[in-house]
Amino acid sequence: MPSPESEPTLVGAQAAEKRAAGVGATERSWQSRVPLLLAVPAAVALLFLILPLVGLVIRAPWTDAATVLTGAGALQALQLSLITATVSVIIVLLIGVPLAWILARPGLPGAALLRALITIPLVLPPVVGGVALFTVLGRAGLLGRPLYRLTGFAFPFTPYAVILAQVFVALPFLVLSVEGALRASDRRYEEAAATLGAPPVTVFRRITLPLIGPGIAAGAVLAWARALGEFGATITFAGNFPGTTRTMPLEVYLALETDPGSALLLSVLLLAVSVAVLVLLRERWMNRW
Amino acid sequence: MVAELSADLGVHRGDFSLDLDLEIGTGEVVALLGPNGAGKSTALRALAGLLQITSGKITVGGQVVADAAAGIHRPPHERPLGVVFQDYLLFPHMTVLDNVAFGPLVSGSDKREARRRAALLLARVGIADLAQSKPPAISGGQAQRVALARALATEPRLLLLDEPLAALDAKTHLLVRTEVRRHLADFSGATLLVTHDPIDASVLADRLIVLEHGRVVQQGTPLQVARQPRTDYVARLVGLNLLAGSGCGHRVLLPGGGAVELAEPVSGDVYIAFRPAAVSLFVHRPDGSPRNVWAGRIATLEPHGEGVRVEVGEVPDRSSTILAEITPSAVGDLDLRPGSEIWVAVKASDIAVYPTD
Repeated sequence: MPSPESEPTLVGAQAAEKRAAGVGATERSWQSRVPLLLAVPAAVALLFLILPLVGLVIRAPWTDAATVLTGAGALQALQLSLITATVSVIIVLLIGVPLAWILARPGLPGAALLRALITIPLVLPPVVGGVALFTVLGRAGLLGRPLYRLTGFAFPFTPYAVILAQVFVALPFLVLSVEGALRASDRRYEEAAATLGAPPVTVFRRITLPLIGPGIAAGAVLAWARALGEFGATITFAGNFPGTTRTMPLEVYLALETDPGSALLLSVLLLAVSVAVLVLLRERWMNRW
Repeated sequence: MVAELSADLGVHRGDFSLDLDLEIGTGEVVALLGPNGAGKSTALRALAGLLQITSGKITVGGQVVADAAAGIHRPPHERPLGVVFQDYLLFPHMTVLDNVAFGPLVSGSDKREARRRAALLLARVGIADLAQSKPPAISGGQAQRVALARALATEPRLLLLDEPLAALDAKTHLLVRTEVRRHLADFSGATLLVTHDPIDASVLADRLIVLEHGRVVQQGTPLQVARQPRTDYVARLVGLNLLAGSGCGHRVLLPGGGAVELAEPVSGDVYIAFRPAAVSLFVHRPDGSPRNVWAGRIATLEPHGEGVRVEVGEVPDRSSTILAEITPSAVGDLDLRPGSEIWVAVKASDIAVYPTD
């Protein structure tokens, strides 16, 4: 009796295996087929993103690279850019993560309106952002005037103004990224921590922050890149003084008018620095979790 | 016995309302049993402080942790209790040891002391070797032990267990249940176990409280509840047929018009309970011995353990159904199938009767 019983099972299993293989094969070939209607625009998009970068690298006058890149102007601008962008991201983290945390709390009244307000700097032309900052923190601004009267200090035309401009444009990137991470995370871990005796601040520090670490890192990288590339708000609000407010993007823009070759080289340098930081951070942070 | 937990909790939200009076003594284990949506989890969350009560008062270990009238709602971290969550919620970014050490650490122990305590507890639940593992790398049964050790690490006065065994496969379930029972016996505080599994509840708890639609419908020892169910839900859980009616001499009159013959005289409103195995089925009307014989119609047939559960409709009156348990061969002999007409017989001596109040 056992053999006729086991035989059909074996045959059945083989048939099932064949069926599975067949299904897998058709699925693969079906999925790998891309209709022309999608392939063509996709290729256009890819080229549009990559070609300008290739052009930058090809057209840069590499023979002048040594003189341009080690020139006082370039190094000064690069240094200022790296310092201000980094300080900006630190400020963005310190004020942006708590804001994201509050935004992500369930049942927050007016959350939708708040979220819309936070998105405004994302869609606002940076020049307008710079003007807006001027009206508040300029020497004659709403807050700037009393500040100037009391202390004799004014933001415009200082590196602090550069940082303020960068924080203004970069903050939404971090807030939205961290809020998304918080929404995607399981908030019940926080409840579990609370029942173990952890007060809210401890819960935030020991549970929430580590759990949304990747989201924070991604947001910080985006914010840093945005701060590094900031141009419009900076030139409007902080001005364009070598050594104090002339960041790399301003240096590139200026060079384009006088010496296009060096503008290309500076652009490649900025590109290289951004890519290097992205790659390094990715290795260091993104794969940790 | 000193009441470690004394709660009169009311949670009213929209069209859901929960009212639960609860006292648990030192060392006592109480199971809160009920169907989905009965309010078990709401009760647990209210006790833990994760949800505000809208009326009533909760006292744990002698301290008032919530008093709706006085506006007192102590947050979870100020309540002397520990919770084992249904899916354990072990912190994925910490080692097993640090998970267990978390409670003592945030309540002020220094790091070494907290880790020493944690190691001790892990050894007690038999998983000392997993101390350095991360939670995603351990099995469900192991995670359950870690969760229990973590909840006990803060030396709570009240331990809340939310479906502690529901996430385990059948084999691990039995094993872990035995262990949990042992650890609960060692625990000096009060334990409230929330479950929908009557067997878990009976094995682990000294006393059962059955919750339906936010109200307590029955409470007592597991034996009392198993022998004398008071609602259809409880009757189904413990596997008994339950009918309610009013006693009149040797018979109980059912509200739908039927009657059940008893061996002893009764009076007043009563419940009648009998086992499905005590129900016999016949194709032709049986005669002879004094029993209850009714004509009905088969609703469903389902395998149950080694036998077959037959649900017979329109018995003893049009609005009731009765479960019978028969052997698979009897199903064939009687040619039973859904819709067929059948005679149902129950011996008077197999019927338990108890007052409704």
